[in-house]
Amino acid sequence: MLSIKNLQAKIEDKEILRGLSLEVKPGEVHAIMGPNGSGKSTLASVLAGREEYEVTNGTVSFQGKDLLDMPAEIRAREGLFLAFQYPVEIPGVSNMNFLKAAVGEIRKHKGLEPLTAKDFLKLVKEKSALVELDGQLANRAVNEGFSGGEKKRNEIFQMAMLEPKLAVLDETDSGLDIDALRIVANGVNALRSPDRSFVVITHYQRLLDYIVPDFVHVLYKGRIVKSGTKELALELEERGYDWIKDEVESVKA
Amino acid sequence: MEQTITKSSPKEKLMSAVAMARYNDAYALAGQHAISELDIPTTRSEEWKYTRTTRISNVAWIPATDKASVDLSEFQINGLNASKVIFVDGIFRPELSDMHSLPEGVDITENPELDAEADFSDFYDAYHAALCTSRMRINIAAKSAPEKSLHIIHVAATSESLNQPLIEIVCDKNAEMHVVESFVSTNNKSAFTSRKMKVHVESNASLHIDKIQMDGTENFTMNNEYVGIEQDARFTINTLTIESNWVRNQLHIALNGQNIEANLHGFYLPVKKHFVDNHTRVDHLRPHCVSNELYKGMLNDQSNGVFNGKVYVHLDAQKTNAFQSNANILLSDDAQMNTKPELEIYADDVKCSHGSTTGQLDEEALFYLKSRGLGEDNARKLLANAFISDVLDKINNEAVKHYVTEQLIQRDLLFA
Repeated sequence: MLSIKNLQAKIEDKEILRGLSLEVKPGEVHAIMGPNGSGKSTLASVLAGREEYEVTNGTVSFQGKDLLDMPAEIRAREGLFLAFQYPVEIPGVSNMNFLKAAVGEIRKHKGLEPLTAKDFLKLVKEKSALVELDGQLANRAVNEGFSGGEKKRNEIFQMAMLEPKLAVLDETDSGLDIDALRIVANGVNALRSPDRSFVVITHYQRLLDYIVPDFVHVLYKGRIVKSGTKELALELEERGYDWIKDEVESVKA
Repeated sequence: MEQTITKSSPKEKLMSAVAMARYNDAYALAGQHAISELDIPTTRSEEWKYTRTTRISNVAWIPATDKASVDLSEFQINGLNASKVIFVDGIFRPELSDMHSLPEGVDITENPELDAEADFSDFYDAYHAALCTSRMRINIAAKSAPEKSLHIIHVAATSESLNQPLIEIVCDKNAEMHVVESFVSTNNKSAFTSRKMKVHVESNASLHIDKIQMDGTENFTMNNEYVGIEQDARFTINTLTIESNWVRNQLHIALNGQNIEANLHGFYLPVKKHFVDNHTRVDHLRPHCVSNELYKGMLNDQSNGVFNGKVYVHLDAQKTNAFQSNANILLSDDAQMNTKPELEIYADDVKCSHGSTTGQLDEEALFYLKSRGLGEDNARKLLANAFISDVLDKINNEAVKHYVTEQLIQRDLLFA
């Protein structure tokens, strides 16, 4: 599904990713944890195709294709989805028109006929129920005036509509109260399937009680320094990140 | 080797057409007299600082002599219940207009008597009086509120023709009227349509004008509106510039009474080397009035825009609410916008605000849309829809709103 090898990336001459490697197979859920500034969000941005980041070395292949070679919209059409840490408010663009356009582009890319208005509405109804999103929100401008929880639910709703192969969730849990977190996690779990993979980037172990990962990786200074199973997340929750930092520094020394 | 080149000045070129004036009454003569004293404005004058007229004064216009035949079907607005009033090359064409099925209470007089004007605001204003191609008065009877709209269509059909109609609209007491005015062209070149409009909105009347400018990539348009509004009346004018090579709009709005609401909205989406200039002046003369002004522009390629909005709140105009906003997005490095909001307040108990912004498309929003699979082009267009949506929403008539939206989509400016 996704194969990242020795990825190095920088922004404005600041090196952030320093040789990151990761293999994600179909159906797997990988959690990426790490202290602030370790490069978690940079990884999400580079995968989604933000142009401010310059990839200086390494390769990323997505379903056998060179991901780094594709502009952001092609990545999306090929089946990559990024749930934003800070979803963007776009006043004047209705959620519906936006989604209709997005679904249309992705279906076109797959060689599928456009959905009829009726089928589209049916899909909206079905998928918005997944994240308990009020039907009214679908008619409002994209994220405008949404609460933090509504914005994150809207991200998962969009993901459900676009049916990606690989979803990268960038700190989708931060800032959510427990009810909103449960709703978001339920939405994600409903979308888990043998041919859909997830990369869940989070600062807090709490999310992983709800979205149970197959693997947990610790990102530190732009590299994955430790990998394990969900027990690793619990250990991090208990002991913090300092012992990992110490481990890394002692290996270096 | 010496060579003498005799070049006529732009003014001489413009003056050469005066001999063909259709009207020779006191009003026209006042105009003819005034132009001999006035100069073509240049960028040295504050009012024309960013508006180059050399492009237009290089053309030797003459009033059209033949009555051009045109196919009007493409200029209709589907679904709009309206009587059409047609001008071709600035000449009123009653045989093409719906003169026998005008909206109830609406009365049209050709060649109305006009008083000699004491002063003209500038050269072009005087030139317009001197060389008017058609004069018309539209009267909307007191208390009438026809369901039908009036659709005035100005067709520029002949190349290098000088089209200078004068339209006077009197919206009598308690009357309510919707007027659409389209500026269109056939495949002609370098016509100059200078339309002057005098509007009187009498007490407690309501007049809504949607002005649609789309006379294409080859013509020049100047619109002067002089609007007087009396107490308790409402007036709205939407200036929608869809596609125009060179256009200057000059709105003069006087709020003469109390409790008046005046709305001025507009958008412009110039491309190529197009030029769009909106000059507005709102005079609050009496207390308890509201004016709202919202203009939005998206400028692409090497296009150029000017916005100058003046709001004067006179000494007697206490409790005025005056809002003005001009927002612009530059889509290319070569596009340029000059914007200047001006607010002068002489009353001390008023609420006024004005502001202007010029920026780029929100890159973050653009990336968000692309990350959902939208291509660059569609993402930009969707953001364009969003940007001008609040002005589009000021078009009350659904058929007109749909028509305007469609025209923008056809020109690849909005997302379908």
